Amino acid sequence: MQPNPLFGCSIRRSTPIVKPAAFAYEAPETVEEALALLERYGEGAKVLAGGQSLVPMMNFRLAQPEVLIDINGLAELDYIRLQDGPEAGRELAIGALTRQRTAELSPLVEEHCPLLAEALGHVAHAAIRNRGTVGGSLVHADPSAEIATVLTTLDGRVTLRGPAGERSLAPGDFLLGYLTTGLAPDELLVEARFPAIRPGARWGFLEFSRRQGDFAIAAVAAMLELDSGGACTAARIGLGGVAPAPVRALAAERALVGRRIDGDAIDEAGRLAQEVCDTEGDYHASEEYKRNLAGVLTRRCLAQALERGREAE
Amino acid sequence: MMESRKTWVGQPVPRKEDLRLLVGRGRFIDDIVLPNLKHAAIVRSPYAHAEIEGIDFSAALEMPGVRGVLTGADVAAWSLPFAVGVPVAPKYYACAVDRARYVGEPVAVVVADDRYLAEDALEAVEVDYTPLPPVMDIEAAIEPGAPQLHPELERNLYSHRHFRYGDWEAACREADRIVKGKFRFSKYASTPIETYGVIASYDPFTESYEVYSNYQGPFVAHALVSLALRVPENRMRWIVPADIGGGFGVKAGVYPYIALLALAARKTGCAVKWIEDRQEHLTAGTTGTDRVTELEAAVKADGTILGLKDRAMDSCGGYIRPPEPGCSYRSIGNHTGAYRIRHLEREVMVVATNKSLTGPNRGYTCPQLYFSLERMVDTVAAELGLDPAEVRFRNLVQPEEFPYKTATGGLYDSGDYPRALRTALERFDYPGRRARQAEARAEGRLVGIGMATVVEPSVTNIAYVGLAKSYADRVKEHPKSGSGEAVMVKMDPLGAVHVIAATNPQGQGHETVLAQVVADELGVHPDDVTVSDVMDTHQRLMSITSGGYSSRFASIGTTAAVTAARQLRSRLLRIAAHLLDAQPDALTLSDGRVAVEGAPERSIEIRHVAGTAHWNQSLIPEEMEVGLFGVGFYNMPTSQPPDEQDRVNSSNTYGCIAEVMAIEIDRETGAIDVLKWVSVHDAGTILNPMLLEGQLRGGIAHGIGGALLEECAYDEDGQILTGSFQDYLVPTAMEIPPVEIVHQVTPSPITALGSKGTGEGSAMSAPATLGNAVADALAPLGVVVDTLPLSPQRIWHWIQEAGG
Repeated sequence: MQPNPLFGCSIRRSTPIVKPAAFAYEAPETVEEALALLERYGEGAKVLAGGQSLVPMMNFRLAQPEVLIDINGLAELDYIRLQDGPEAGRELAIGALTRQRTAELSPLVEEHCPLLAEALGHVAHAAIRNRGTVGGSLVHADPSAEIATVLTTLDGRVTLRGPAGERSLAPGDFLLGYLTTGLAPDELLVEARFPAIRPGARWGFLEFSRRQGDFAIAAVAAMLELDSGGACTAARIGLGGVAPAPVRALAAERALVGRRIDGDAIDEAGRLAQEVCDTEGDYHASEEYKRNLAGVLTRRCLAQALERGREAE
Repeated sequence: MMESRKTWVGQPVPRKEDLRLLVGRGRFIDDIVLPNLKHAAIVRSPYAHAEIEGIDFSAALEMPGVRGVLTGADVAAWSLPFAVGVPVAPKYYACAVDRARYVGEPVAVVVADDRYLAEDALEAVEVDYTPLPPVMDIEAAIEPGAPQLHPELERNLYSHRHFRYGDWEAACREADRIVKGKFRFSKYASTPIETYGVIASYDPFTESYEVYSNYQGPFVAHALVSLALRVPENRMRWIVPADIGGGFGVKAGVYPYIALLALAARKTGCAVKWIEDRQEHLTAGTTGTDRVTELEAAVKADGTILGLKDRAMDSCGGYIRPPEPGCSYRSIGNHTGAYRIRHLEREVMVVATNKSLTGPNRGYTCPQLYFSLERMVDTVAAELGLDPAEVRFRNLVQPEEFPYKTATGGLYDSGDYPRALRTALERFDYPGRRARQAEARAEGRLVGIGMATVVEPSVTNIAYVGLAKSYADRVKEHPKSGSGEAVMVKMDPLGAVHVIAATNPQGQGHETVLAQVVADELGVHPDDVTVSDVMDTHQRLMSITSGGYSSRFASIGTTAAVTAARQLRSRLLRIAAHLLDAQPDALTLSDGRVAVEGAPERSIEIRHVAGTAHWNQSLIPEEMEVGLFGVGFYNMPTSQPPDEQDRVNSSNTYGCIAEVMAIEIDRETGAIDVLKWVSVHDAGTILNPMLLEGQLRGGIAHGIGGALLEECAYDEDGQILTGSFQDYLVPTAMEIPPVEIVHQVTPSPITALGSKGTGEGSAMSAPATLGNAVADALAPLGVVVDTLPLSPQRIWHWIQEAGG
């Protein structure tokens, strides 16, 4: 037997290999405490949840907050609940501190918002989802983020709490653009709500990235409802990565409602979905290529939704 | 304990290194702590090209914990530019002196009590820059009127040479056709998981430096850095940690930082540690060159390639530094790859651009070479209406021709290239897959089959550097050549065996293989052999070529170890023969005993022989050498300087790879799906099949990275677009398709065990194989596949331009 070289020892590195600028650190235990700290520090504070985007930005010194307010102790923000939603529907309320991996594996999410469960599987890698939170992704507001794309597609809500109490915002009022939200410096995102899937609805989610787990060059989420004759009664199509914030392809949706979704309908929806692109392109994808992907993925996502429906039948 | 076997070489012996690595107890550069250790951060140029008008670091000196700041003025005063083997070498110092020539170029070093404080102080160093226009494109750089990087150069050319081997004009006259192509290879690197690191200190009393660094050798760099710091090599002690987290050639690029940190230590009077961060590495670490190759082939209608004419332009970045201009000369001996091509005309240009600096990168210039050569072979096949396999078989060096001397002076030691390709095609089911491809094409699907047959050179002969100068210039200097390695083996009084080497492993498992090799020679178990494979220039034997690069270990590291072990064995047997009253050649050595052959009762334990040699030398006759050690130094006799016709055997052992793959391209997205990939490798005798498998899989992954994902991309202002792992895309497990690896064994006649280096492997061939597969898939559209990486958007744009 070899002696266990770990026994009684600790592993140490001699040099810290992360190197953010100096910051103060607060670890509130309740939302109220967190809000008080936000009020006290204002713009100089950054909220630390999973840290999967903030910490790299701090190490690059792109973010140099005076104080980090670590909300990982706010157990009250870690929950997934099914509750009554607007218009007699049901909805999933997900606490902002809920880990992405927890939501991805949650039976409640799987049953009532399978589109979200599927999309979460595309968020980076499992190790990142183990730390990354649902609220953290929404607040970071990357244009290609999967959770924000689903929230936009389903027309969910976010709940913000501040000194004046709570307010609820629609995705379009919260996700304002590239890394920009409607969150005030003294507010905390506490919850996101996703409408539950309606019986018989079909859904699809596809994204294209250069490697598994990378930010999507383009992502498409779709939700379809068909009547017994196969005509589309409701359609939702949302795109991520092709505009400053996730965006609904409303013209494409309108083109589908009221008709059978055949190849022509899908092609037309794909063409119309390209119209929502509002991007300059970047190193990985030219504007033209992104527009192409928006169309291709929309078509394939709709086909996936229909195929899923057939499997379910 | 494992059962003793007849031979340990060839067995999948588990790695001696793994336990300490798996539990996080490796001994890497960052694990080393010295007294009075301070930490450095580096001020880097934000401009691709700018005059440095002044540096004001007075505010930084006032900051807490700051010990000092080193600038180009200190570097120019205390050190010399690094020596470079080109006729006119622009000055390359350890940091920018008066002009910065690439984004990320070191401009100053801040030393502080910890890295945080050093990083804080960076922001307080004010550098006054006057931006200059940058030149980023290889072909633009040599145009008249392009911005000039160095006043000493003409047309931004660090090196410019013409070569003739055989008679290209005669080949053209004999040819039925001249086939032309132009290929662009992209700039990419290796991204080892451990970045560069240096700890340096200076002793003012002896005026000597001591450095620790995860360099891959000392190789020539120990001499280069000593020259630059103006000390003899014995006042530049250089220690390499026992563990290095990957090298791949790019760790050779750490040596300028060794000089830089040595000077920072001298300036501050502290021991100074610098661990490169990933952003620094991706911005200013070493990469391979981007290359533009214009190629013509003189061919017969049956596919015979009579001659090649090429014009190769390598971008070497803002400075040329050793071992460059190896980019243009290192693979000269195997320039014709696996083929019998006898007539060549070459124009070689090494070009200055405002990009980061270059050097070896897994396969050092062979990925570039084979991308253009193998794409050319397929272009020949396409233009002649022949099968690409047929064209290859027509031109491959035949097994009976070994040792085969190439037109450029390479001496291929052994191989069977046709068999490797036949095996690959059989395993691939080539006819069946061609039939299925035809069906897929009829359905409008973009299915392609690509192949490559390449020669894998290992154990660089440093002589190639001489080609940067003409023969007339070379004869004025001392000729250079060589590829040597030294290993010592000793036996202790109780019979324990210890191997002392300096092959600088970076994760390959040299400790394990050295134990296997020595165990076989001495009749002991590998577990009973300990290995200390750590470079320390004060304590290890070495040659100017020593180090872990160019896949040298499997060829020459093991040969030196065998040489050393046989010397020890011979001493051991002579003493044993005396004790047993027998002749040494009548003795056998196994299972820890020396026995008289055919008379097992006349035997003695090795430890008793060792004990006698150490404890009671009076028993041993005076004329017998009692020192129980062996020193093996082996220099490849095939390493010779270039001849008057510029022919040189630029490496020493030559393996081979034959690969075939099928892919399908998604017409709508440009994405590539690998359907099947067979990769046949011949690296001579297999030392440890498990380690070989690891090397081959790694080479494949790296080749996929270079072909599809990895690129050091710049915008037109010279800003790097791929400065983090978010944009510099290294393949992960998800991006690596299943690959069927097949081994072929053609032992090398010039190494002790017949083994050849193979650490670079498909990193050389995969860009060519994938390029050919993509070209074949897009052939119905008339797309010319000439550029890397084969990103989805590039392929999609090609398809759009072709009207597909």
